[in-house]
Amino acid sequence: MLRVGGRASTRTLLRAFAVSAALAALTVLAAVIALGLGEMRISAVDVTRALLSDAGTAIETVVVQWRLPRVLLGVVFGAALGLSGAVFQSLTRNPLGSPDVIGFDSGAYTGAVMSIIAIGSTALVIPSALAGGIATALAVYLLAYRRGVHGFRLIVVGIAVTALLGSLNTYLLLKASLWQAQMAAVWGAGSLNGLDWSDARAGTLVVLALLVPLLWLGRRLRMLELGDDAAAAAGVAVEPVRLALVVVGVSLSAVVTALAGPIPFVALVAPQLARRITRAPGVQLVPAAVMGAFLLVTCDMVALNVPPQALPVGLMTIILGGAYLVWLLVAQSRKELR
Amino acid sequence: MTAETLAPEAGAAPGDRRRRRLLGLAAAAAVLVVLVVLSLVFGSKPLPLGDVIEALGRDNGDPHVIVVEQRIPRTVLAIVVGLALAVAGALMQGLTRNPLADPGLLGVSAGAALGVVLVVWAAPAASDLAQVWAAFLGAVATACAVFLIGSMGGRGRSPVTLVLGGVAIGAVLQGIASTVVLLNQSAFVTMRSWQAGSVADLGWPAVATIAPFCAAGLVLAAVAARGLNATALGEDLATALGGNLWLTRIAVVGAVTLLCGSATAAVGVVWFLGMMVPHIARWITGPDQRWILAYSVLLGPSLMVAADVLGRVVVIPDEIPAGVVTAVIGAPVLIFMVRRKKASGL
Repeated sequence: MLRVGGRASTRTLLRAFAVSAALAALTVLAAVIALGLGEMRISAVDVTRALLSDAGTAIETVVVQWRLPRVLLGVVFGAALGLSGAVFQSLTRNPLGSPDVIGFDSGAYTGAVMSIIAIGSTALVIPSALAGGIATALAVYLLAYRRGVHGFRLIVVGIAVTALLGSLNTYLLLKASLWQAQMAAVWGAGSLNGLDWSDARAGTLVVLALLVPLLWLGRRLRMLELGDDAAAAAGVAVEPVRLALVVVGVSLSAVVTALAGPIPFVALVAPQLARRITRAPGVQLVPAAVMGAFLLVTCDMVALNVPPQALPVGLMTIILGGAYLVWLLVAQSRKELR
Repeated sequence: MTAETLAPEAGAAPGDRRRRRLLGLAAAAAVLVVLVVLSLVFGSKPLPLGDVIEALGRDNGDPHVIVVEQRIPRTVLAIVVGLALAVAGALMQGLTRNPLADPGLLGVSAGAALGVVLVVWAAPAASDLAQVWAAFLGAVATACAVFLIGSMGGRGRSPVTLVLGGVAIGAVLQGIASTVVLLNQSAFVTMRSWQAGSVADLGWPAVATIAPFCAAGLVLAAVAARGLNATALGEDLATALGGNLWLTRIAVVGAVTLLCGSATAAVGVVWFLGMMVPHIARWITGPDQRWILAYSVLLGPSLMVAADVLGRVVVIPDEIPAGVVTAVIGAPVLIFMVRRKKASGL
């Protein structure tokens, strides 16, 4: 029995590894294409040459100085969102759980809107969005806490708080001047526009720093999936680990929201798509991260180049989320008919 | 064999219970009347009750203008919207047997709102009636999608899947709507006040536009009520009792579409009203859907009028839209419910 289980899990592991590698290759491919697209079209060969050499040509300026930070952030943020979603879906044991659903994004938006109304510019949007998002996530966690946190309670409390903040946001925008309201709405759409190397460096560093605790927590996350009692029996301190996972998951989302505004649904969709491709029984961190990176880079490339007017990537990811839900519905109704 | 004999109430004769329920209904009507009076009296310029009564009879200057041209139409609109959303919520809770079902929470309102936004964006000159029809389209599509998601997972399904599916669908639709609005300056201006769920300044035209559809929705709801009682026993038993499950479902979806679509087209998305009212009703009457619906018809308007009055008096001379007030009241109620009940009880 044990050996059979061992072989099966080796196969799952191999499959996860192969899928992750393939997705990573696709992500690199998408990144190279994205680097070549824009007002000045550059061939893939020239892009690669500009990335690898240090010739100081005009092409290198365009590719490395102008376009690379955005594409790099697409990869890093996509991975961060994928990881964040995987953590939350595993914690809540629900394929529809994600940090945006439990209220983080609306909290961040409330913070951003309040700072825009209070000081009339976007200067303090990053700290106030972070404060709003993290305070909301903490409030949701505490309100859901009752002799431990159930995934179910966490989700419903998150939904309640999201709805409350959503109508608060509408009200704030109603009271703000038209100009301030539009500024807030643009931020709220979520976009990688105007991010440069300093943002890319900061964003990448923070995400990398968050990977350290996540590596340590990842194994315990899998044990929590077996149920609280089983995890406790295996020596996991259930509640502290769960709180730590919530903090890391929210932080991963928070970095993205701080720099790019809320980018919805990547955290929801990436872990599930990855799970279906790897045919794993549960949500896995690495495939989810790579899937997130691939999705966000691709979405941003499409949003920037395909429509006549460049759209915020947030709209593309909303469409992605919608497409995913529709697919889920179709797959479900097919299963029912059978 | 009726629902009553299957679930006998201990210690109360049926006639007794009926009288209690009717008394409760009268009390609910009295509450509504009191709230309506409050709604005519209070506002940014509170009027003495005497002036209000006088204003109803003859033109006495300012009070007449305020009461007859502003407060009466907005109160009537609040009544219609509250009734529509409460009955829609009761029907959804009855059909899905999910106590968290709410037109706002399950995304049906968001679907209706997207319909309205698209019409305003594509044809700014379109009539209010065109907006209402667009809202119906959005609402019916979303309602079907959400009920499908809700049936995911078969027997062991969790009540959260329905709610999360609805929330996710709602978020997609709302995201599309806000992007459309963002890319279009004039739609942005029009939609800003509508999105907040305010009943102010809409007047009789809004009431006249949606009232016939709400009436039709109520008729469908009455048709569905008996079938819902059978559904509450479980799908297998309902079929065995001879109820037509599909007819009930279609009637419910139709009623929810008409009620929620017209309410949303008039005042935007109003959260939680449709969730709270049926709970209060069920708490008073017990599980009979017909009584829950009857109580919702009275309690929904009461809650909406109360929210409107509250929004007018907390920040004089400013106003908080009624939709914001219901969200602020409803969110703690939902949190309380989920903290109190065991997960399995839902």
